[in-house]
Formats: sequence, structure tokens, C-alpha cells
Amino acid sequence: MIDWLVFAVAGAAMLAGALGVVFSTNPVHAALMLVMTLFGVAVLFVAQAAHFLAAVQVIVYAGAIVVLFLFVIMLLGIDKAENLRTEPLRGQRPLAFLAGLGVLTAVLFLARGAWVTGASSRVAPISGPGSNVQKLASVLFSRYLLAFEVTSVLLVIAVVGAVVLTGREPEVPVVPDDVPVSAGDDTIASEVDQ
Amino acid sequence: MVEAAWLIPALPLAGFLILMVAGRRLGDPYAGWLATAMMGGSFGVCLVVLAGMVGEGGHRSFTQTLFTWVASGSLTIDHGFLVDPLSITMALFVTGVGALIHLYATGYMHGDPNYSKFFVYLNLFAFSMLMLVLSSSFLGTFLGWEGVGACSYLLISFWFERPTAATAGKKAFVTNRVGDFGFMVAMFVIFASIGSLQYEAVAAGAESLSTVTATAIALLLFVGAAGKSAQLPLYVWLPDAMEGPTPVSALIHAATMVTAGVFLMVRINPILGVAPDAALVIAVVGAVTALFAATVACAQNDIKRVLAYSTISQLGYMFLAVGSGAYVAAVFHMVTHAFFKALMFLGAGSVIHGLHDQQDMTRMGGLRRWMPVTSATFIVGWLAIAGVPPFSGFWSKDDILVNAWERSPLLWAIGLLTALLTAYYMSRQVLLVFFGKERWRTQAAKGKGRATEHAGAGHGGGGGHGGSAGRVPHESPWVMTFPLAFLAILAAVGGVLNLPFKGWALLEHWLEPVVGENLRHLSVGSGTKLALVAAAVGAAIAGIGVAWVVFGPRAGRVEGLAPSVLARSWYVDDLYRLVVERPGRALADFSASVVDRKVIDGAVNGVGALVRAGGSRLRVVQSGFVRHYALVIAGGTLAVLLFVLARSGV
Amino acid sequence: MSVPGAWYLALAAAVFSIGAIGLLVRRNVLVMFMCIELMLNAVNLTFVTYARLLDDIGGQALVFFVLVVAAAEVVVGLGIIVAIFRRRAGATADDISLLKG
Repeated sequence: MIDWLVFAVAGAAMLAGALGVVFSTNPVHAALMLVMTLFGVAVLFVAQAAHFLAAVQVIVYAGAIVVLFLFVIMLLGIDKAENLRTEPLRGQRPLAFLAGLGVLTAVLFLARGAWVTGASSRVAPISGPGSNVQKLASVLFSRYLLAFEVTSVLLVIAVVGAVVLTGREPEVPVVPDDVPVSAGDDTIASEVDQ
Repeated sequence: MVEAAWLIPALPLAGFLILMVAGRRLGDPYAGWLATAMMGGSFGVCLVVLAGMVGEGGHRSFTQTLFTWVASGSLTIDHGFLVDPLSITMALFVTGVGALIHLYATGYMHGDPNYSKFFVYLNLFAFSMLMLVLSSSFLGTFLGWEGVGACSYLLISFWFERPTAATAGKKAFVTNRVGDFGFMVAMFVIFASIGSLQYEAVAAGAESLSTVTATAIALLLFVGAAGKSAQLPLYVWLPDAMEGPTPVSALIHAATMVTAGVFLMVRINPILGVAPDAALVIAVVGAVTALFAATVACAQNDIKRVLAYSTISQLGYMFLAVGSGAYVAAVFHMVTHAFFKALMFLGAGSVIHGLHDQQDMTRMGGLRRWMPVTSATFIVGWLAIAGVPPFSGFWSKDDILVNAWERSPLLWAIGLLTALLTAYYMSRQVLLVFFGKERWRTQAAKGKGRATEHAGAGHGGGGGHGGSAGRVPHESPWVMTFPLAFLAILAAVGGVLNLPFKGWALLEHWLEPVVGENLRHLSVGSGTKLALVAAAVGAAIAGIGVAWVVFGPRAGRVEGLAPSVLARSWYVDDLYRLVVERPGRALADFSASVVDRKVIDGAVNGVGALVRAGGSRLRVVQSGFVRHYALVIAGGTLAVLLFVLARSGV
Repeated sequence: MSVPGAWYLALAAAVFSIGAIGLLVRRNVLVMFMCIELMLNAVNLTFVTYARLLDDIGGQALVFFVLVVAAAEVVVGLGIIVAIFRRRAGATADDISLLKG
């Protein structure tokens, strides 16, 4: 009974948050709606005995990523409200709805049948003695060790990338007012004339 | 000794290759000497081979295979040489007369800017011609056949800056090609029916051919021969071919290439033996052509054109002989004709050269005094062709006429009439050129004649020549007169090759292994023979007499007996222009302007335009908007999911 | 009695499609990015659900990696957005169409 209640509340939160992200005009509102969705997901993780992941979800996703979003919103100042009524690209909206709802329908239909073939590729059981963290760690650090290390490298690359992308541009020398513009003009036209 | 036969074509080939590489550096006159030396060497090898063959006695046919040229399924063609009496005879006079003409040309072409190129072509021609006669298979002969056709084109249009020369070269080549088509189809039929293209195999298998097949083969090959040897209706290229330098006219169009057709007909005598209808057609065409050309020659004013039509006429005689089964007579006449016709062409060249590029006979005259050697030798040639005994032409022409009488008196009558006309027009030519008033004195002041030989290039031969008025003609240098003299001697005594007396018929005996079975054996009594001979001689004298009366020194006339229908060669050229050239040109114009420009270019450009149009339509997809691209991704995802859904049948 | 897995899957599918539609419809770049995060979360939920259903810890390990990669992706993506949109305030996704063919 309580499971259904938890599911209903968390599910409602997720859906409300999702719809909020899509329909909010103000991006800050959208970010907050995203947080609500993320919390809903975290709750559902707990309900499915993925405790560690729920914690990580809240810490990393809601705590870091959304904050990063908000930083960028504030930095760039694109918090102005977007006009949701108009759609400059013709036919985008109807087609978008069509595609999205089509995907949903197709997935729901597909999920009805079970057509998995072949031997099961089970890594390790979830149920059984031991905590979820322990089980996850033992798999992560033995079987998926290489992937784990690679992701750490990936994170380093991401940091380097961020620094490079957002670094300041070199200073453009300011031409004083009393120097005539034509002298030493580097335009293409002057090169051709010579 | 006979194994050296491969040297015969190899020497001119070597000359060709050397001159192609180093000819320009060798220059005038060493390039000419080299070419002449190669021809002379080839002639020497011919003599050596001949000696070897004579020594053999009965068996005189040798095949020397170089390599297997085509080995495809059941078709095997060996590339090699068939050295038998016929081919060595041809090779002898091709190389012999050819060497003399090469020598002559070293003097004649002196001063021409393309001196060495001329000898490159001449040696290539000699090589092709020798391949033609010495080859052991039809295909090898065809190789030489095409080669001489190509060289003929190159040499006729040697002074190609002159549009008439270029056109003449094209005309020759195209007309030859029509004939070559017949040759090719004949080769197909031969292979289909006999299974081999080697001469010996074909000769052996000829008896097994059905009459229809044999007739077809013979007639198809005759089409080829008619093209190459300028018989009706494919003769039109030969008069125009006089645009080329005179040595070319002498070598190719008098002595060698045009005889290739006759050679081919003699070669296939086994097939002609079983196809009497074809032989009749050949005889008739030959006779009609002979008469036709003789009539036209009576009305020509250009010194070389008279000789051109004369060549066509004499070739007609040879085909008349072939068609009557008189192969020996045909070959005999071919040899004597080579002597006197080459002699006369070279003599004409000497006259043209001496008069500084004057070719119009009405502006010549009285050259006997100024060019004694040329005159004397030319007169010998004249007597030979007119059939005056004891010169060579008399014996060979008479041989043909006797055989023609046996075949059909009507053919003989045509031949006799032609002999009369031949005597007439040749006498006319001699009288106009070497006797009578010296018309070139007065005409010189009026300017040069229509047809000048050298296209603006300086012509030499001993000293510079200034303006035209007041100059007297001069005799040619020894390189040109020596061949004239030599050929004159041959034309005079050449009859010795095949005298119709017991034991003196050398050529007949010599050619027996090749043509023996199919040779017509004369059955006329000696009384009839004497009557025929008398008629022939009478015709000759009559012709000379008429010419003397009309054009002789006493009458002093220059024009006369030259109706325009003859001068325009019975309007045959005009007929071709109307029937062939106009529709052909219309078709070409249509193809160029409509088919090529609109259809083909349209198709090609259309493809490009289509691609470009398609591209600009497809461009719309690249809108640059991320959201569009995302939409497409979503659409693709949907498609994949639907596909899976359909497959899984849920 | 625990909620059957199908409900979770249906919920995840719904959130996924909402995220997809949002990505296609919104013009603000950051909101588009957030829609991507929505989709990733839906997928995570699906994986965890299957991990429970199939009794396999591998699903949760995969979610772990998705999380890490999503974080890296957000970092780099936002860096790019900052680099491009630094100078133009009020720019939307539609203004960047330099790849127009």
C-alpha cells in the first residue's frame, strides 16, 4: 500500500517537473522544476533498492549539475522570458508532438512483449545479503574497473575542455583616436591592390 | 638463301624507324640517300632470294613463319612470309622500281622543308607494300593493304597546306576504305567456309567451295581490288591523287600500290577458277574501266592527269586479263606497265621541274630541244604504252588482247578500241609537250599555270630561280635523269620477259606453280593470232596518226577533240557529289547541330542540370537549425521503433 | 506488495517523451539542455527498474556510468554554450545557423 503511495507521489512529482521544464517561460523556473523531477527520480530509486544511486543522484545531479545550470543562466543573462506562443520554424511543433507521442506509443507497445533471447548476462544479484553499496562497489571495482578509470579520465577531459572553452579571449589592442585608419590597413582589398 | 626473305620488308622498316628518329638531323640529302640505300638493299635481297629459288628447281614455294599472330579458338593466323614465284616477282619490281624512284626523289624533293618526312613516308610505304605481297595470309596482306592506303593518304596530302591536296588525300583514303570493307567481309566468308586465312590452306580448300560462296568471295575481294586499283566506280581518287609530289604518283599510283588489287586477284586464282561468273564480272569491269578512262584521258590538259587516267585504263587491262583467266598476261603487263608508267611519271616530273612548276600542257611545247634526256626517255615510254613493237608494252598488251579474244570477242573489241585511244592520247601528250611551238615563252609573261606543284616551298635542283619571264627550261640533274634512262631501257627491252614464242615464255614458266591450273590455255591458231596482232598494231598506228594530224607540228593546234563531257570525266565526280557528298554533308550537319548539340550535349548537360536542381532542392534540408536536425533524429528513432514493432508482431 | 515494474517503465517512457518534445519545441538553449537531462533521468529510471526486475546489479552500475558521463557532458556543453552565447544576450538556438547549406 505504502509502495503505491510513494510511487504515486514521486511519479506525480516527476511528471509535474517534466511538464514544468517544458512549459516554463523563465529558464530559472525551468531549472527549479528540473530539481523537482530529479528528487522524484531519487525517491523512486530508493523504492527500487538502489540506495547508493539515489544518494549520488541527489548529490551530483540536483546538487551540482543544476547549480551549474543556474550559474550559467546567471552568467549569460539569458533569463529573459521566452515567447512560447510563436514558433518561427514552420511545422516544427506539430511534427515534434507527433514524433514524441509516436515514440511513447511505440515504446509502450514494445514493452508489452518480452522477446529477450539468449542466455542471461547477469553480472551479480541485487537481492541477497549485503548492502547495495557493497554489491555495487564489488562489481564496479572488479568487473567494470577499466570503465571506471576511463570515466575518471573523461572527467578530467571535461574539466580541461571547460577551462579552454570559456577562457578569456586575448586582448584586442585598442587603436588610439589620432591614428588614421587607412595606414597599415590589413583588409583583403589592400592586399589585392598590391 | 630463301630464309633471308624477312629482310626484304625489314630493310625499309629499318629505314622508316631510323628516319623517324633521326631524319630531321640527317636532312637533305642524306635522309634520301639512306632511304634509297634501304630500298636498294631490299632489292639486293630479292635477287638473292630469287637466286635461291631458281636453284631449287621444281618446288618453289617457301613459307617462313615469324610468329603466331592470332590464336583464338579455331582461328589461327600465323604472321609470316610466303615466298613463291608470284610474290617474289612482285617484290622484285616493287623494290627495283621503288629504289629508282627513291633516287629520283632525292633530287626532286631537294629544297622542300619537309624533306626527311617525305622519305619516312616513302619507306613506310615500301614496307607496307612488301608486307602486302610477301605475306602468307589474307590478314597479313590486309595489314599491308591498310598500310599502303594510309601511306597513300599521307603522301598525297604531303603539301597539306594546300586545301586541294588535303581534300585529295581524304578522298583517296575514304574511297579505299569502301574497298577495304569488301576485303574484310571476304575474309570473314573465307574463314567461315574454309576455316583458315593462310593462302596455302585457302588454295587447297578452294575446290571444296560452293560456286555461290566462291563467287561471293571473289566479288567481295574484287570490291577491295577495285578500290585499291581504281576501277569503276571507285576510281575517282586517283586523278585527284596527282596533287601529291610526282615521285609519289610514280611509285604509288603507277607502279606499286595500284597493282595490289591485281596481285590479290592473281593470288586467289584457285577461287576464281571455281567462280567463272565472278571472273566474267571482273573482266567486264576491267574492260569498261579501260575504255572509260581512255576516253577521259583524251580531254585532259594537265600532264599528270593524263597519266593518271592512263593508269586507270591500263589497270583495266590487267583486270580484263585476270577475268579472262590470263594471269600471266596480267602480271606481265603489271611489270611492263610499272616500267613505262613510272618512267613517264618521272619524266613528267622532270618537265614540271624544268618549267618551274608548270603542269598545263597547253603551256608547254618544243621541250625536245631543252630537255633532251627527258624527251628521249619519255618517247620510249610513249612507244611502249602505245603498243609499238618491239617495245615491252606491245608484247604485254598483245598477250592480254589475245586472251580477251578467246574469252569474248566483244571484250577484245573494247580492248582494241582502248588501245587506239591510248595511242591517240599519249601521242597527243608527247606532241603537246615535246614538239611544236614553245608556248611557255609567251605564256610565262601571263603568269603561272593553275596547278603548281610545290606549295610555296622553294624548289631546287641546281641553282636559284628568279622571276618567271624569260627563263628557259633546264634539264634535270643526274639523280633524276639516271632513273629515267634506266627505266627507259627496261621499258624498251622488258618484253623479253614473256615472248610468245616457244621456249621464250619465261614468265609463264616461272609463274606456273602459282597459277598453272587455272591459266587459260590459248587455243587460237597462229593465223588468228597474227591477225589479232596486226589489228593491235594497226590500232596503235591509227591512234598516233590521228594525233599527228590534229596536234602535229604542221597543224600546230593546241585545243581540239576535247568535249567537256570527257574533260569532266563523264560527270562521274559531279554525280558522286550529288549522290554521296550532299546527303553525307547534310547528315553530318544534322548530326553536328542537332544530334550532337541538342541530344548528346543536352543529355550530358541535362544530367548536370538535374544534379544541380536536385541538389538545390535537397539543400533545404540543411537549414542550419539544430531543432530541425533534432526533429529528424526523433523521426528516425520513431521509424526504427515502428520497424521493430512491425517485426515483432506485437 | 511492490509496484510492478511496468508502471515504472511507463512513467520513464512518459518523462522521456516529454523531454524529447521539450527539446524540439523550446528555443532557449539552456532549457533544451535541461530537457536532455530529463531524458537521461528517464533512462536511468528504466535501467534501475530492470536491475530490480532481472535481479542484476549490472543495471545499477550502468546508471552510475551514465551519471558520470552526463556530468561531463553538461560541463562541456555548458562551456560551449558560454563560449558561443557570451556576446549575444537573448540569443536562441535558432540564431545559430551557420551550417546552413
